[in-house]
Amino acid sequence: MTYLKPSFRHPALPKNKVGFTKVDYEGAISTLCAGCGHDSISGAIVQACFELSIEPHKIAKISGIGCSSKTPTYFLNNSHGFNSVHGRMPSITTGANMANRDLIYLGISGDGDTASIGMGQFVHAMRRNLNLVYIVMNNGCYGLTKGQDSATADFGSVSKAGKSPSPFPAIDLAGLAMEMGVTFAARSFSGDKQQLIPLIKAAMSHTGFAIIDCISPCVTFNNNQGSTKSYDFVRDHIEATSELDFVPERKEITVQYEEGRTINVTLHDGSFVHLRKLAPNWDPTNRRIAMDGLQQAKNKGEIITGLIYIDPDSKCLHEILDTVKTPLNSLKEADLCPGSEALEVINAGMR
Amino acid sequence: MKPRKVNDMVIRFANVNGTGSASANDMFAKAVFRMGIPVSPKNIFPSNIQGLPTWFEMRISEKGYLGRRAEIDLMVGVNPATLIQDIASIHPGGYLVYDSSKLHHTEHVREDIHYIGIPMMQMCMEHYDDPRQQQLFKNIVYVGALVALLNMEMEVVKNIVRELFATKEKLIPPNFKALYLGFDYAKNNYDCPIGVCVKRINKIGDKIMMEGNAAIAIGAVYGGATVMAWYPITPSTSVAKAYETYCKKLRIEPESGKKKYAFLQAEDELAAIGMVIGAAWNGARAFTATSGPGISLMSEFIGLAYFAEIPAVIVNVQRGGPSTGMPTRTQQPDILSTAYASHGDTKHMLLFPRSPAECFEMAAQAFDLADRFQTPVFIMSDLDLGMNNHLSPPLKWDDSRKYDIGKLMSAEDLEIKEFGRYLDVDGDGICYRTIPGTHPTKGAFFTRGTSRNEYAKYTENGEDYVSMVNRILKKWETAKNYVPGPEFYQKSSKSTQGIIFFGTTTDAALEAIDILKEQGIEFDSMRVRAFPFNQEVKDFIHAHEEVFVVEQNRDAQFRSLLINELELNPAKLTPVLNYDGMPITANFITQLITKKVAVS
Repeated sequence: MTYLKPSFRHPALPKNKVGFTKVDYEGAISTLCAGCGHDSISGAIVQACFELSIEPHKIAKISGIGCSSKTPTYFLNNSHGFNSVHGRMPSITTGANMANRDLIYLGISGDGDTASIGMGQFVHAMRRNLNLVYIVMNNGCYGLTKGQDSATADFGSVSKAGKSPSPFPAIDLAGLAMEMGVTFAARSFSGDKQQLIPLIKAAMSHTGFAIIDCISPCVTFNNNQGSTKSYDFVRDHIEATSELDFVPERKEITVQYEEGRTINVTLHDGSFVHLRKLAPNWDPTNRRIAMDGLQQAKNKGEIITGLIYIDPDSKCLHEILDTVKTPLNSLKEADLCPGSEALEVINAGMR
Repeated sequence: MKPRKVNDMVIRFANVNGTGSASANDMFAKAVFRMGIPVSPKNIFPSNIQGLPTWFEMRISEKGYLGRRAEIDLMVGVNPATLIQDIASIHPGGYLVYDSSKLHHTEHVREDIHYIGIPMMQMCMEHYDDPRQQQLFKNIVYVGALVALLNMEMEVVKNIVRELFATKEKLIPPNFKALYLGFDYAKNNYDCPIGVCVKRINKIGDKIMMEGNAAIAIGAVYGGATVMAWYPITPSTSVAKAYETYCKKLRIEPESGKKKYAFLQAEDELAAIGMVIGAAWNGARAFTATSGPGISLMSEFIGLAYFAEIPAVIVNVQRGGPSTGMPTRTQQPDILSTAYASHGDTKHMLLFPRSPAECFEMAAQAFDLADRFQTPVFIMSDLDLGMNNHLSPPLKWDDSRKYDIGKLMSAEDLEIKEFGRYLDVDGDGICYRTIPGTHPTKGAFFTRGTSRNEYAKYTENGEDYVSMVNRILKKWETAKNYVPGPEFYQKSSKSTQGIIFFGTTTDAALEAIDILKEQGIEFDSMRVRAFPFNQEVKDFIHAHEEVFVVEQNRDAQFRSLLINELELNPAKLTPVLNYDGMPITANFITQLITKKVAVS
């Protein structure tokens, strides 16, 4: 079956600073189940990119395999996309990023793709602080193979496919990322665009690895009673660390908040994240406090969302490797080939 | 006295690994090379860092035969643990140079060989205080003794020492001292030179001596590779190491001191090939180096690159398999697993270098082929070629040479031409591609490992799929005229019998052909340099009644590839197989062939 999306759009659609309408950031019509949390995340990505006024071709969207990894077809039609191999999105993105440091890399993965088959590549990309926005569409199950538990399914959670509760503890991706020394960690919920859109924008402006562990209920296989990844359960147990605004290019903040309850974190490109703290004592620039907070919430059975941690002084892989500013893929023979004279010197050294 | 054998011998050094013997042995080999005599050293080492037996074998041949020869004329036996077997392996009439510091046992005595005892350890104990030096200089002592015994030029050896320690000059005098300890002892106690010796000639010309792995790395630098991702595995690791070394010298932006390359040690081979594919998808020239087990791990991704049509250059420095196999011994055992790597219908371009010069050339060429055909290209080296020093023509580069980046559309192209990622516009099976970031509204497409139509849209339509995979096969046909053709060693076919070989079997095979000729059996020969096989390869086989295929694996994999791809009658191709992990020898080939010729 072919899904055709009508191409007609109202001529008076608003344009962003680089002259594109929101339509220019959209993708093909989704083939996921109606009500899938993933589609909401796709919508948030479209909105965030439009609002950030990024030219669509300056973004590359890369994914692994699974329902989550199908979504790059459903947003950013004018960006190159790569639906790669199960669990291997981080390595493809590492290579792509090495080839051209000037693009924004949007990595889309799922809980199976990240927490099981892709665990190795996930943690190593984090360790290298690859400049990448890594969104996990986390539904606690393998949707595309009909609902088996994934490694992020909570202990005791019951999926539609599973008769018995999950006997294993869940892998907490945000917690793991913190343990790995990630430089940007956030958790959100596909049903909370208010929070998700500024988080995506902040992640895109962060220099380094930014993970957004986004709980995204699977309406078909894991939205039943007894599941801890259902819409109802998540809404009942969600606890935000803060409300946040992403403020590009040092705009003046006009809204004032109560003293001591706001934090501004300035990013590399001069933009900043403006946070209104909801959880007392939460400091997203302090790794130890953030990790403590995560652990406390876990003990209370709460799902902490929002910006968990950010290191505004983060150095990405290109900076660590000390590569040239020019994207490597634009260097030509003259830049790369040392020529016959240098080769004669090498030959002489072999005699 | 027997006439001396001049410039024609095999010397084997039996050492313990981790004792500094490797650099002393290299020094000796280089001295022979600098006396103008063709030499081919081979390191036979264990999968271990310290304490196990290791051998260094060197063939010296005025005629220029560089293949291994098994008959040992002179053994430097300084590893007590293997001494009995080392003595047993000496060719009758040969020599044993041994450490006479300790008394030897009666089981070490053979009536048909000569014994040359040098009190290496004893002299080192007397002349050096530091225990580490006592150990290290023992190696230099035997080099000094060999200079006397074989009538070598001491000044040549001393120059090598001077170059080696140019930055650590205070090490030069103690090294000279050790050289003379050995030299003087041999001169004073033995009739020098002995029955085998060397004499300066001029058979080297402008040739160089280097390892194939370093040559591949330099080829990658010259070929424009900017991203190298790898995971350590013997015998390929030194490709990565050399790439980084040469990049540090040749690829630093002068103004900023920053690197014009990204060198990444990956977490495993899966990630290494993923990084290569991601970089190449994004328009950089990228490569990895691995060995058989790595190819197995990379296979899923190799299939993706083949099907999604993304360039990738993969160096396979082969070693003994299967599984961990013989990780420090040589073989050519990955021909089939590489040619058809991954699930589904796949086949890949393979290049078979025989020398460092060809390693360099083929490495640079591999990037052109990968870009032109948008597919993985493999350089099929092996441990022997990769990790041993080989006498080779110098590396050559034509400064007017331009990289062939293939069919890559620019923003300007996109303004005037229709773009469909998998449209066969030119009818050669090769489509136009774009890289991310090219144009704000044109040329973006979705790369995927699933079936798709000509405009890169997902499809499960059988017709679309069939036309897609058939078009990829058309590309394969086109490639036959781009890959390096075979090399022939006769002006025209003269014989009804032919020999086919490739890569590191070449040296031994060419020597075998000379030996067989002396015995009155004439062969035509062909060295295959690439897969896919072109028409010339097919014609050679059809022009001969019987063809021997020489290779270094158990299952005659190259023969199978020929039979499968060229639809040949298997009875026509006779396998000649060596797979004990040691480089194949001419005698092995001639013995097998004469036996088979006699039977038929």
